[in-house]
Amino acid sequence: MNAPHENVMDAALRDLAADFPILARPVHGRRLAYLDNGATTQKPAVVIDAEARFYRESNANIHRGVHWLSQHATELYDGARVTVQRFLNAASADEIVFTRGTTEAINLVAQSWGRPRLTAGDEILLSTMEHHSNIVPWQLLCEQTGAVLKVIPVQDNGELDMEAFTGLLGERTRLLAITHVSNALGTVNPVAEMTRRAHELGAVVLIDGAQAVAHQAVDVQAIGCDFYAFSGHKLYAPTGIGVLYGRAELLRQMPPWQGGGDMIRTVAFENTTFAPPPQRFEAGTPNIAGTIALAAAIDYVQGVGLDRIHAHEQTLLEYGTAALQAIPGVRLVGTARDKAGILSFLVEGIHPHDLGTILDAEGVAIRAGHHCAMPLMTRFGIPGTARASLGLYNERADIDALVVAIHKAQDLFGTRRAP
Amino acid sequence: MTDMQDSLRELYQEVIFDHNRNPRNYRPLPAASHHADGHNPLCGDQLTVYVQVEDGIVREASFVGHGCAISTASASLMTEAVKGKPVEEVEALFRDVHALLTEGRAATDPARDFGKLEVLAGVKDFPARVKCATLAWHTLHNALAGEHETAHTE
Repeated sequence: MNAPHENVMDAALRDLAADFPILARPVHGRRLAYLDNGATTQKPAVVIDAEARFYRESNANIHRGVHWLSQHATELYDGARVTVQRFLNAASADEIVFTRGTTEAINLVAQSWGRPRLTAGDEILLSTMEHHSNIVPWQLLCEQTGAVLKVIPVQDNGELDMEAFTGLLGERTRLLAITHVSNALGTVNPVAEMTRRAHELGAVVLIDGAQAVAHQAVDVQAIGCDFYAFSGHKLYAPTGIGVLYGRAELLRQMPPWQGGGDMIRTVAFENTTFAPPPQRFEAGTPNIAGTIALAAAIDYVQGVGLDRIHAHEQTLLEYGTAALQAIPGVRLVGTARDKAGILSFLVEGIHPHDLGTILDAEGVAIRAGHHCAMPLMTRFGIPGTARASLGLYNERADIDALVVAIHKAQDLFGTRRAP
Repeated sequence: MTDMQDSLRELYQEVIFDHNRNPRNYRPLPAASHHADGHNPLCGDQLTVYVQVEDGIVREASFVGHGCAISTASASLMTEAVKGKPVEEVEALFRDVHALLTEGRAATDPARDFGKLEVLAGVKDFPARVKCATLAWHTLHNALAGEHETAHTE
């Protein structure tokens, strides 16, 4: 049944669950099957400890004091930037801007890159499968500049309609803003190819990497994109810390978007001059502890190996896909050929919210709803889905618990059918 | 069986399934004197509640829309419960049901017999689901108040 190498890999990764203290706590008296990694991931002890250790041993404000602690904290903070640079294979650490998360990173690009440049009739190209955080900042920008949104449609299997993309991309396209991996469907988009084609027409490319970075190695130079955004908390790091990668050439041309301390060179009431990137975009005291914990999370993930994580999650995705498809009445939403570890599904006769409540009572944590992707749900003509999303610590037992819990829901609703 | 399992069975009773499968008064009401839309953006639940009021009495009540079992059953039970009642009594029932779902007891009439509506009390152990059960009631309240703003629960 199982290829021997899969068992070896599963066993090796199963030990990693022990690195995550929260996974040992029962929920409603049951073993926790945490399958809501698309919403946020759990944190390994090394990340929790890194944040606590900063406050116990290294806390001071950065870039300010001449005292030892301040210099020490600054070194850790600047070191984290280098860790992120290597993680994304950016050309320089100056291309890494720390933000609160993906949402803030995208808003930064909209307001600092977009607002001074775009004019009436300019086009921003995105897709039906975008998360609201990669839609609403552009809608605000359109209101401010007169630019218009163009939307690449999604096919029935959850893949982008690439023919439509070709038709929509034109001389007026100033920006392509596209998700790397769909949070609601798991679709992995061909971002390198799309970037190349957008660049041929002179458009700038932003990629929303929130659902990608924890599940596959990302090389921004290989993709060739101009901006890449992600959140720490979906990468086993704390909430409130995220990253905007921006090509140095573009960041240098962009004005500040928030004013304050740490982003200036000199301040006078007659004239204030600004620091170069990335400091120009980091006004105020940043989330220092979170930044250092993000670096610890990246070290952890790289220690395990993103290729290994990817292979493990793909194996589990295949197992989960087959397991769900074997249940009569279950329909998968999103069956792209290239998918990340996300299983969006509907159970006939059971609303996703009822399902979520019943699964929770069995210790199975999933997300139910529209996944902040309402246009996508409208496209599929459904109010929402149930979504199981995988992380590096998940194993077959989690999928098995999900299947048992779906059966229980069907028993309760009287909708269970023999296979 | 854990406490959560007990709570689950207390919430998902046959009455809920019955009204979810066969919602009562599920139709638009062309003769309605009042109607309002309700929307729970978090779940995507969406419904329209219609009432026909004559001489201060709710003669007819109906609804259409889509939602989870809790929200559909609550709407269905509600339309049965309010038919034939004076508007003031319906308003008092709205306040009592709301209190029942959030605090577990009636607000205006401590001795109230909720009848079949009692089944909805099961949601109080599921804070994330209270809004599913209250959506229809808020919408009815808005309809009677003549407010045409969509009722929201989130």
